[in-house]
Order: sequence, then structure tokens, then C-alpha cells
Amino acid sequence: MVIDQDKMKSLSDRMVEDEVKGRSPWADARKRFLRNRAAMLGLTILVLVAVFAVIGGQFAQWSNEELDFAVMGQVAQAGQPSIASGHYFGTDNLGRDLYARVVQGTQISLMVGVVGAAIAVIVGTLYGATAGYVGGRTDQLMMRTVDILMSIPYMFVLILLLVMFGRSMSMLFLGIGLISWLDMSRIVRGQTLSLKNREFIEAARATGVPSWKIIIRHIVPNLLGVVAVYATLLVPLMILTESFISFLGLGVQEPLTSWGALISEGAGTMNYGTLWQLAFPLFFFVITLFGFFFVGDGLRDALDPKDR
Amino acid sequence: MFAFVLRRLAVAIPTLLLLIVFSFALMHLAPGGPFTAERALPPQVLANLEAKYGLNDPLWLQIWNYIYGIVVHFDFGPSFVYPDRTVNQLIAAGFPVTLTYGALSFVAAVVFGVSLGAIAAIRQNSWVDYLAVGISIGAQVLPNFVMAPLLVLVLTLWYGLLPGGGWSFSDPSFWIMPVIALATSYMASIARITRSAMLEVLGSNHIRTARAKGMPEHRVILRHALKPAMLPVISYLGPVFVSMITGSVVIDIYFSTGGIGKAFVDSALNRDYAVMMGVTILVGALTILFNLIVDVLYAWIDPKIRY
Repeated sequence: MVIDQDKMKSLSDRMVEDEVKGRSPWADARKRFLRNRAAMLGLTILVLVAVFAVIGGQFAQWSNEELDFAVMGQVAQAGQPSIASGHYFGTDNLGRDLYARVVQGTQISLMVGVVGAAIAVIVGTLYGATAGYVGGRTDQLMMRTVDILMSIPYMFVLILLLVMFGRSMSMLFLGIGLISWLDMSRIVRGQTLSLKNREFIEAARATGVPSWKIIIRHIVPNLLGVVAVYATLLVPLMILTESFISFLGLGVQEPLTSWGALISEGAGTMNYGTLWQLAFPLFFFVITLFGFFFVGDGLRDALDPKDR
Repeated sequence: MFAFVLRRLAVAIPTLLLLIVFSFALMHLAPGGPFTAERALPPQVLANLEAKYGLNDPLWLQIWNYIYGIVVHFDFGPSFVYPDRTVNQLIAAGFPVTLTYGALSFVAAVVFGVSLGAIAAIRQNSWVDYLAVGISIGAQVLPNFVMAPLLVLVLTLWYGLLPGGGWSFSDPSFWIMPVIALATSYMASIARITRSAMLEVLGSNHIRTARAKGMPEHRVILRHALKPAMLPVISYLGPVFVSMITGSVVIDIYFSTGGIGKAFVDSALNRDYAVMMGVTILVGALTILFNLIVDVLYAWIDPKIRY
């Protein structure tokens, strides 16, 4: 049997090359993520929505507070979406430009989502990593507290907070931040428990690195994968929470608006034949949630291929 | 088992007390009292009001009286805004409504969710599976406050099939839309959880053994696959319960069903702290009780749990 020398050569070349290049788990994950069609679609949607939120206002012909007196009182006929009148998405029931309002609502909803998730990530990661790393009685106490807080119907408490201390954006952030980190801390603690007996942590401890530094420098970076996935899935939940409260009229106050408030307005006026007032905010709300869920699922599959 | 239940109770009761104290503290930290109005009341009237509602007592006595009233007499005290009504009356008026459509939604979400998920897993990669996965992805972005207007739009405004709001205990056509609006997204989540749990169980050894000894397929599914696959679903029921109670606020507002959610939002807009606290505590108590039931159920089904 004759061995094709050329082929063998190329094979061995390739094997050497492979060994030299070596793919890190991150590169693997990126490749899997890029190949996931749903996740890429989600990412595209999110980028487009973000672009809309940032530069969409430049194209608005009307400001979000201006009343179009030509439309007032006959919104169903004159307030329809049209390029000619400058109301691309029509007007709301008071004659305000819905396009400008949707841009503003998108900005606020996205901001609430991202800030809420960011608070959850910071507080939840530090809390969970500390509880998991320290262990023992401290861990028991900390996680019991989380258990107790989790069994409280948080939406009611959040509304209680908003009503008693006045409805403002900062109160909304604080309220959402207060509750969003609980799940995160549980997940992070679980991961920390499995990390803390590994050799590199032991090595750090043996060389006398203080505990807080081990947590920050060695535990937290190794949690990034889980945290990233969970944070992506948390953003839409925060958006949902805020929209829920705004739908009830207890969240963002006029002249500010958010998707929840716009959906609520649109739902209130839909029997006057002004369906676009519901359709446009709802469209942005739904595609953004889809985007976040797809990207989150894609990230999870990419970072943890065995768990499907 | 009995010791296990006792131990769970030992956690549940302090939790509830903590919730009461917490909401009470919130009320006292809030700027302004319950009788702070734009038009200031004459000092004598204010003093009389505060004496009537016991607001002049020392704080510990107020908390004690409040807790004592709730625990011993199940009395949440008077409403601060409607002088002739107690919190109990306001809650009692709405609670049966909330309970009716809430229980129906819960049962609907569990029954349809589990069936859909189980069928999808059994017929993996068939059209049923794709349909189930499609529904559960779609329903994720359709929370109750989106479902409610859409349902009214289609079923009431376009086709005129169902009443768009209101409530009647004798006419189930009023129940349909609240139940669908409340149940859909949880049904989807339950279906997704059931499907993935079921897929895992169906691939395990004991199912292969059951099939190998010639057990009929329906028995394999019902007796050996469904029970272990229920565990993740059961642990999800606690969060579902909480979210449904929360969602009932939207249902009550949007469909004007008049449940406790309405009392809650009205009191939030009126700053009627007594009613808000009453509802929050009641909901908290229900949640804690339900979580207790779920834990016991879980321990009962899963032999691996030692209690």
C-alpha cells in the first residue's frame, strides 16, 4: 500500500498548526455563538433598537412634548401615521408625536433594564461570592436572608416603596435594584462553592492573599460566564417589571414615558380606532424582549455546550 | 416528615413577622403622615384623628397592636381614607373574585403547560414539538399586561364574542379572558420546563429498563417518566404563584374584575397605607403558605430529599 506522502504531510502540518494555535474556551464559545442563528438575529435586533434609541430622536419632526393642534380632537382621522405630517408613528390621544414618544420610551425602558441588571450583577455577584467563599455560619445566615427576601411578594413591596417615597426614577431604580440581585446571588454562590476548593484558589490562599482579594481577583473573574448569561436574561425581566408598574400608572411619570406607559395608553384608547398607539410601542417591546431572550439563550448554549 | 414541616414553619412564621415589621417601618419612614393633606387640617382635628387611629402611641405599642390584631382577630385595622370601612371589608370584597380566576388560571397553566411539555418531549422533533416550543418562546414576550389588551381587541372589539370587562360569579364568559391573560406566559414556562425535564428522564436508564421488560408505553410515561419530570415543575410553582398574585393586579385593573388588586392600586393612588399594608401582608402570608406546601410536596415526591 502506497501512502500518499503529500497528504500525510498536510495532515501533520495541520495537526502541528492546531496544537500551536490552540483554541481557548472563549474562542470556542464565540464560534458557537456566531453560528447560532437565533442568537445572531437577537443581537441584530438589539443593535437596531439601541441605534433607534440613540439617534432616532434626530429624525423626529416633532418634540415629544409638543401638541399638534391640527390633530387635536380628531386623532383617529388626522393623527394617523404618515410621512407627510411628520408623525411617522401617528400621534397619541393628546396630539403628541408618537414617534418622539416611542424613542423616549425606548431610551427609558432600556435604561431601566440595563441599570437594574447592573445593580443585580454588582450586588448579587459580591454577595453570592462572599457567602459562598466564606461559608459556614455566615453563609447560612446570608442565604437564609435571601430565602426570606425571596418569599416576599416583591412587586407589592416595590409599589409600596414607590407610593410612600414618591414616584421618581431614582426610587424606581432603587426599588428594582433591591429585589433583582436575589436570584443572582444564589446562582453565584453555587458557582463559588464549586470553585473555592480548586487548586488555584488553594495556591492563592497558601501564598497569603487576603480573602477579599481572592474573591475579587480569582473567584469573580471565573464567574463571568454565568454572570454574563444571567445578566442578559435579567435585562428583559427588569424591562418587564418596569413596564408592569408603568402599565398600572405607578411607574415613570409624565412627561417621561416608557414602553409600559405607552402600551397602557394605547390599550386605553384602542376602541377609538387609533390602534397604532398600541401597535408601535408593543412592537418595540416585543422585539426587544425576543432579542434579549435569544441572545441570553445563545450565550448560555455557547458557554455551556453540554447543558441544553 | 412531621419534623420537616415543623422546621419549615419555624422559618415561615418569622418571615411573616419580618414582613409585617418591615412594611410597618416603611410606613413610618415615609415622609408625611396618612393625614397630611394639601389643605392642612386644624391641629385639634389632627390630634383627634391620630388618637383615634392610635398614632400617638409609642412605636413598639403600635406595632404590637397591629400584629396582635392580625394574629388574634385577623383584623387589619381601619382604612385611613374611607373612615367607615375596615381593611378587612375592602379585602373581603375582592378576595373571592381574585381567588376564583386565580385558581382557574393556576390550574389551567399547570394542566396545559405540563401536557404540552410532556407531549412535546414524547414526540420530540415532530410538529407538536415545534408548535410547543414556538408557543413557549412566543408567550415569553406576552406578559399579562400585553395579553389583556390584545385579547380584548380581538375577542371583544373585533369579534364581539366576550364581554370586555366586569365580573359575574354566575356567568363564566366573564372569566375566560382574565384566565387566559393571566395563565398564558406561565403555561409557556411550565411547558418549557416540563419538556426539558421529560427529555432528560426519557433518556435515563430506568426508562430503558421499563421499556425493555415490555411495559406498555403509556404506563412507562405515566408511572415512571412523569413523576420524576415533575420535580423541576413543582419547584417552579412557588414563583408562579407569586407572579400570578402580582399579575392579578393588572387583571383587576384592566378587566375591572374588582379583585384585591383593585383595592391595592386604589389604595396606592390614595396613599391609603393601611389597605396597602393589609394586602401586602395577606399576599405575603399566602405566598409563604404556598411555598411551604410546595416544599412538603417536593419532599414527598422526591425520595432523595432527606428531611
